[in-house]
Amino acid sequence: MSMTAPAPGDAVEPAKPLVEIKGLGRVFDVSKPWLNRVTERLPRRLLTAAADVTFSIGKRETFALVGESGSGKSTVAKMVVGLIAPTTGEVIIDGVSMSARRHDSERRRLRRRIQMIFQDPYASLNPRWRALDIIAEPLRAFGIAQSATQIAQQVGDLLKLVGLDPADGTKYPHEFSGGQRQRIAIARALACNPEFIVCDEPTSALDVSVQAQILNLMRDLQDRFGLTYLFISHNLAVVRHMANRIGVMYLGRLVEVAPAREMFAKPKHPYTRMLLDAVPDLDLTGRKRKPVEGEVPNPIDPPPGCPFHPRCPFAFERCRVEMPLPTLAGAATVRCHAVEEGRI
Amino acid sequence: MTPVLSVQNLRVEFPTRRGILTAIDDVSFDIAPGEVLGVVGESGAGKSITGTAIIGLIEPPGRIASGQVLLRGSRIDNLPPDEMRRIRGKRIGMVFQDPLTSLNPLYRIGEQLIETIRTHTTLSESAARNKALSLLEEVGIPAPDTRIDAYPHQFSGGMRQRVVLALALAAEPELVIADEPTTALDVSVQAQIIALLKRLCAQHGAAVMLITHDMGVIAETADRVAVMYAGRIAEIGPVRDVIKQPLHPYTRGLMGSIPSLAHDSDRLVQIPGSMPRLTAIPSGCPFHPRCPRAFTPCPTFRPELAPEQKSEVACWLYTAFPVTAAAE
Repeated sequence: MSMTAPAPGDAVEPAKPLVEIKGLGRVFDVSKPWLNRVTERLPRRLLTAAADVTFSIGKRETFALVGESGSGKSTVAKMVVGLIAPTTGEVIIDGVSMSARRHDSERRRLRRRIQMIFQDPYASLNPRWRALDIIAEPLRAFGIAQSATQIAQQVGDLLKLVGLDPADGTKYPHEFSGGQRQRIAIARALACNPEFIVCDEPTSALDVSVQAQILNLMRDLQDRFGLTYLFISHNLAVVRHMANRIGVMYLGRLVEVAPAREMFAKPKHPYTRMLLDAVPDLDLTGRKRKPVEGEVPNPIDPPPGCPFHPRCPFAFERCRVEMPLPTLAGAATVRCHAVEEGRI
Repeated sequence: MTPVLSVQNLRVEFPTRRGILTAIDDVSFDIAPGEVLGVVGESGAGKSITGTAIIGLIEPPGRIASGQVLLRGSRIDNLPPDEMRRIRGKRIGMVFQDPLTSLNPLYRIGEQLIETIRTHTTLSESAARNKALSLLEEVGIPAPDTRIDAYPHQFSGGMRQRVVLALALAAEPELVIADEPTTALDVSVQAQIIALLKRLCAQHGAAVMLITHDMGVIAETADRVAVMYAGRIAEIGPVRDVIKQPLHPYTRGLMGSIPSLAHDSDRLVQIPGSMPRLTAIPSGCPFHPRCPRAFTPCPTFRPELAPEQKSEVACWLYTAFPVTAAAE
């Protein structure tokens, strides 16, 4: 790690983090329509996509959220940028709560400093707009550049910044490859000089050689502009490459938060251990992999107690009834009775 | 020993209004009995087209323009559709990426298994049901006697892929073609399916052609690996050699661009540019515009696969420069 990798033991964040997530949770109503519920006597069904998610991100830091599908990582990302409203908890960015009624004008100014990059560059760019209009939109929307020449100048600079030819600006999204489209999405995100970028699986739809280009570009841009990233991915190797600190999510809960190096050297939570164990071994070390048991349960009907207990080799009675609370274990924060009691 | 599958100089073309597109060209490889051959490459490399061509499912107007496909030494690429139908499912089993599309949502999984078994064997209805039960048990479906009457939507993604594996193995095929069997699954489930695929094929003595873009899956599963680029095989060899000491500059770039779990790296190796589109495959070596080591012959002359160490590689770095060709 070249940049601001925090020293081990840095689980207590620096004095003033840029982003603070406090007890964030979101419940979706997935009930059948009212009439069906009444006639079929069905209860209301609620899906807890995220619950009690707490972490903070320091300036210039990359915080990664990992987890399998349905773990709630994307829900958290959308709440952080304000695309969906949290049911509980709040998002505080640079000291300003994004959900409180007051601070309305401050919030509008803050929005400009937050941007998002999505997974699928085929879906996140308007197919009827030319690349230069896509990149110019935030410039116009926030009134950053006024005259047409100013806008053209800035769009050209942004295209160069992400490694594209300014002359490509007149093309439509379908004329670009997947990697080039993701570059356009990055240029659009950078247009209003943001400080904080939420990246939801930015390279999952790309081939590995193109993924390497995009990851390198993202790190270069971070160094150059001092960006802070919230990086969402299911790929542990990518996360290890990008992140300073990592949060592992399982069924909507953050089960472990630790500095990247620490987590890969000494994973604490049994789920983290299982995830690391499940990654195919490319280095052919002949490492014996423990067989992974079971699958992620249905989030509508999660198991009682610790949500991981049905798959956990260390589960015992307490895990089946009592939800573990986050506890400090070395540099990591872990939700696990077994770790808390020092049994593993 | 005769290889289970032998593909020789296979070329698949798609005629379009703007001319003929060559999806794969001059692809040759063998798979020995019980062997797992991995086929890797990025999107557009022609991996899936190779698999589709072998089982004779290229959609017209696409066609096999030249080359041969031999199953246990006899040609199958020129068989009439009826005979090919009997080979598919019976002698060649197939596993595709998305289990939801390979299972019929309107039929119970038991009915689908029994249909497959009865199509390809002479078993009676009840014997076929017993066979289906034992297959489900073998692929690790809990409580198979009740789950056999469930519909595909009642299974999770991982369980569905297990059912698809059971279907592929139902008629004891000699060869299983698995096209991205784990791509749609989460890592923890992916590991289970890979282990299962490997164990089952070893037990049933089936050879496997495993198509994937994931080098990690290949490293775990395959005996040999073929790396494809722009419709051609760039390098083929034992998995350990190709991963540890890749020869072709493309394989090197590909390996370097994969972030590692084991060690820190500041920057990933990146290959400039991207895979060429089929409409614009460069002359000579198709990789030369992106190759850091391209030299005189590369833009003009196409390298052929030639033995180098334990592998075979198509690259002018390892073959003598074609002086005669250059003089022409």
